[in-house]
Amino acid sequence: MSAVAADPADVAVYALRLGDDALVLAQRLSQWCSNAPELEEDLALANVALDLLGQARMLLAHAGEQEGRGRSEDDLAYLRDERGFVNAGIVEQPNGDFACTIARQLLFSTWQHALYERLTRSADATLAAIAAKAVKEVAYHRDHAEQWTLRLGDGTDESRTRMQAGLERIWPYAAELFEADALTLRLVAAGVAVDPVPLQPPWDARVDAVLGAATLVRPQTSWRPTGGRTGVHGEALGFLLAEMQSLHRSLPGVTW
Amino acid sequence: MRTASRQWPLWEVFVRGRRGLSHQHVGSLHAPDAELALRNARDVYTRRQEGVSIWVVPSANVTASSPDERDAFFDPAADKVYRHPTFYYVPEGVEHL
Repeated sequence: MSAVAADPADVAVYALRLGDDALVLAQRLSQWCSNAPELEEDLALANVALDLLGQARMLLAHAGEQEGRGRSEDDLAYLRDERGFVNAGIVEQPNGDFACTIARQLLFSTWQHALYERLTRSADATLAAIAAKAVKEVAYHRDHAEQWTLRLGDGTDESRTRMQAGLERIWPYAAELFEADALTLRLVAAGVAVDPVPLQPPWDARVDAVLGAATLVRPQTSWRPTGGRTGVHGEALGFLLAEMQSLHRSLPGVTW
Repeated sequence: MRTASRQWPLWEVFVRGRRGLSHQHVGSLHAPDAELALRNARDVYTRRQEGVSIWVVPSANVTASSPDERDAFFDPAADKVYRHPTFYYVPEGVEHL
């Protein structure tokens, strides 16, 4: 038993943050469907998107229960506006070319895997169970991204140039993943949440090893965009949500 | 630096099912190399829990019999019924046969 009991309202926000990460990235990756460079990659990216969508559903449903205001996973996914979404900025970044998408996958999956690995020991049994299922899926997402980073980086002049450009584009958004606000720290104290700060050194080591093997250069940047966890987003998220929510908002409760 | 080839090579995919003893040919796919062929095979052919093990083989490494040789290859076996083990008398009381 933990010394401090977690406030359900805090747990709801924490689950919502992780759920929004998964939901927004699932929607982004779905945009590759029928547009990937090869049929096989089309399927691979769609599979990753579906894994993330499954995680998002469980996390949003849990957030709705903890919140206790009767909101379902659909209410949370389809009826919140941009300022209500609390995903990290990295997942809303546009796909760019295939290399840029792989860069985003590499940086995010490496973080998400480290987080879920530790979340399996959460004092919140539902979060722990979701993490235990998801960590195997994300291990594959991370592997997929690493394999492609190696091939694009250590590939042709063209692929290396694109992979490096994708990394430069996405890199600044990774910093936000390791931020811990007061809510996170309260949940860390209660044994519910994972402290993101100690995830950074192993993340750095793993990403650096992949970049080194891929003959890529770790981007140097001091710009650290942030704000996603409090609902402050870039211009890209609104368009993504408009597409994702339009059907449900036009035909409330529609199913097929 | 290598130069990009126009199209990824073709790979044959073999999957061993959950209850299967041997790998079965399930189809083919394109992939730039063996490691990614294995991953693509996982995504294309085992997304509904069809398998517990995958082999991928470069299609170029498969030597196949030619349709032109079919008569010479397979027809001579047609009238050799004695090659089937149906002519043996099994004595009464023999178990485990």
